Amino acid sequence: MSKAATSSGLRTPERLRASVILVGAFACILAMGTSLAIGPAGINKTAILRELIDRLPFIEMESGLSPIHKSVIWEVRLPRILLGGLVGGTLAVSGASYQAVFRNPLADPYLLGAAAGAGLGATVAIVTGSGDGIGAFDLVPVLAFLGAMGAVIMTYFLGYSSGARRSPSALLLAGVAVAAFLTAIQTFIQQQNVESIRQVYSWILGRLNTSSWTEVKLLAPYAFLAILVMLLSRRALDVMRLGDTEASSVGLRPQIVRFSVIAAASLGTAASVSVSGLIAFVGIIVPHVVRLLAGTSNRIVLPLSVLFGSAFLAFVDLLGRTLVSPAEIPIGVITAFCGAPFFVLVLRTSQKALT
Amino acid sequence: MNHCLVQNVRVSAGRKVLLDDVSLSVPRGEWLSIVGPNGAGKSTLLSVMAGLRSSSGSVYLGDIDIADMTPRQRAQHLAYLPQHPEVPPGISVGGYVLIGRNPYIPLLGTEGQRDIEILNEVLEQLSLQDFRDRTLDSLSGGELQRCHLARVLVQDTPLIFLDEPTTALDLGHQQQTLDLVCEIRNQRELTVVMTMHDLSLAGQYSDRIILLSEGQIASEGKPEDVLDPDRLSGLYGARIKVMKVDSDIVIIPTRSQEL
Ligand SMILES: Nc1ncnc2c1ncn2[C@@H]1O[C@H](COP(=O)(O)OP(=O)(O)OP(=O)(O)O)[C@@H](O)[C@H]1O
Ligand SMILES: [Mg+2]
Repeated sequence: MSKAATSSGLRTPERLRASVILVGAFACILAMGTSLAIGPAGINKTAILRELIDRLPFIEMESGLSPIHKSVIWEVRLPRILLGGLVGGTLAVSGASYQAVFRNPLADPYLLGAAAGAGLGATVAIVTGSGDGIGAFDLVPVLAFLGAMGAVIMTYFLGYSSGARRSPSALLLAGVAVAAFLTAIQTFIQQQNVESIRQVYSWILGRLNTSSWTEVKLLAPYAFLAILVMLLSRRALDVMRLGDTEASSVGLRPQIVRFSVIAAASLGTAASVSVSGLIAFVGIIVPHVVRLLAGTSNRIVLPLSVLFGSAFLAFVDLLGRTLVSPAEIPIGVITAFCGAPFFVLVLRTSQKALT
Repeated sequence: MNHCLVQNVRVSAGRKVLLDDVSLSVPRGEWLSIVGPNGAGKSTLLSVMAGLRSSSGSVYLGDIDIADMTPRQRAQHLAYLPQHPEVPPGISVGGYVLIGRNPYIPLLGTEGQRDIEILNEVLEQLSLQDFRDRTLDSLSGGELQRCHLARVLVQDTPLIFLDEPTTALDLGHQQQTLDLVCEIRNQRELTVVMTMHDLSLAGQYSDRIILLSEGQIASEGKPEDVLDPDRLSGLYGARIKVMKVDSDIVIIPTRSQEL
């Protein structure tokens, strides 16, 4: 056997190449770095770099920034960028995971009613005046989170009482029913309270403009836990691609994998929407691009979705706040604007192995 | 000693009885073929024996009831290849075959060096090394069938169940596949249960044949006893001659003189 054949024979198939991870990490840093450097305050870019280096341990460097500019960097731009990255990564990997467990390329993170539930929760918080989207005692994220988790749990019970054990698509249909029901209630409440309709809409369209360290700290533990569970399940999710019967014939318990991955993806999604509102399409665009570029194995798709999801949302947020500056385009509008045509493209090429 | 014991298995779907009180035993090291007309219940029986379909009655592996085993324990005892295995789009041959190692890898873990070695051994044995990075959906029917077989073999179990492993194959590949199973069986002392439609091949390769008809065992025994022209004609509704060429049994369909 030739030397080349021997070394290729020792490789693990479908492994994640270091070069691809580096590209993903580079995309993240590039998007976040650019986003940090650009903004209406027009802060000197090399000064920002010096300011960042100054914060590294053991290095002292005077950036020459005024206290106001410093606080723009540290208290306005950075938390917003990190929150965007966290939300983007979580939504993208949740989407990839839902697509894997349901073996359906069109599954997205809001599939099981999380969006409708969060929307209802946020609307209730806004119309009762218990939250204005700002401040530490704001009830909007809390009720949105509870609404999202409640909706997913409702979907799960409804789905299982109507046969999801036999076929997972019962769960999807239950999700559609729950979402329709909760959206109906939400619309009704909204119509009864027209004076707060602007606020409700701004939440529904997704926003990162109110983000502060509070939101980052709120989201981070849930997001990290959810991402960890999904990433650890990536090999099992590849086995699940054989379908339940064959997966079980090679020793997997498909229900357990499905349950824990759905739980993690739902938790991540609920936590994300509670701080950022409904940001559409990230969970579909990102995993599909990754599949087209790097392969369909979940060992590759899941980790890369985290990286490219973060990079994508950081970049889109940059567009949202600079295109019509000083005004802002809601981030959900931009993701949907890029996402909808992309969605059609995916449908057209979906013979090309997307799940 | 019995390797697999099936007792009074009955399966029904709605009002239709798919398997009606089937009992059989497979001694260690035997090659058993299950034959019978379409819809006789062969696949159903095999999936019950693999513990993947519930039934009344019981199935024992050694002296353990298969219903008491976890999927992981089961998958370390027996490997099962369904009649129409799933072919996930875009998966590579290496990645697909490696799924067979799942029973030895912790749920949240990844495969180790040993798993990769076994993968490479089996790929080489089945002349699949050059396909390692090809996607499964780009293979021909015969190559694909070899990949399915490879997945079953990396599972490294003493018992393998194959549901019509030769159906998609040409004459030469049918023989090669069965020769291969035969060779590996001798190497690893495997017990093999297989369903087949080609009665001649079933007769030539297996130690024993079970003839299934409408969910019941119509006949079982040595190939030359079971493959009786009158019995086969009746069950299959076909005109059949059974001949011996050298020491091999050959079943030949014949054309009616009246047509
Ligand atoms: N879930 C089900 N509901 C109703 N009928 C079923 C079900 N599963 C199997 N059957 C029927 O049971 C019978 C036996 O099916 P099985 O797949 O075991 O046949 P087989 O012997 O493997 O046939 P073939 O040679 O065509 O593969 C068939 O008539 C089939 O239609
Ligand atoms: Mg069959």
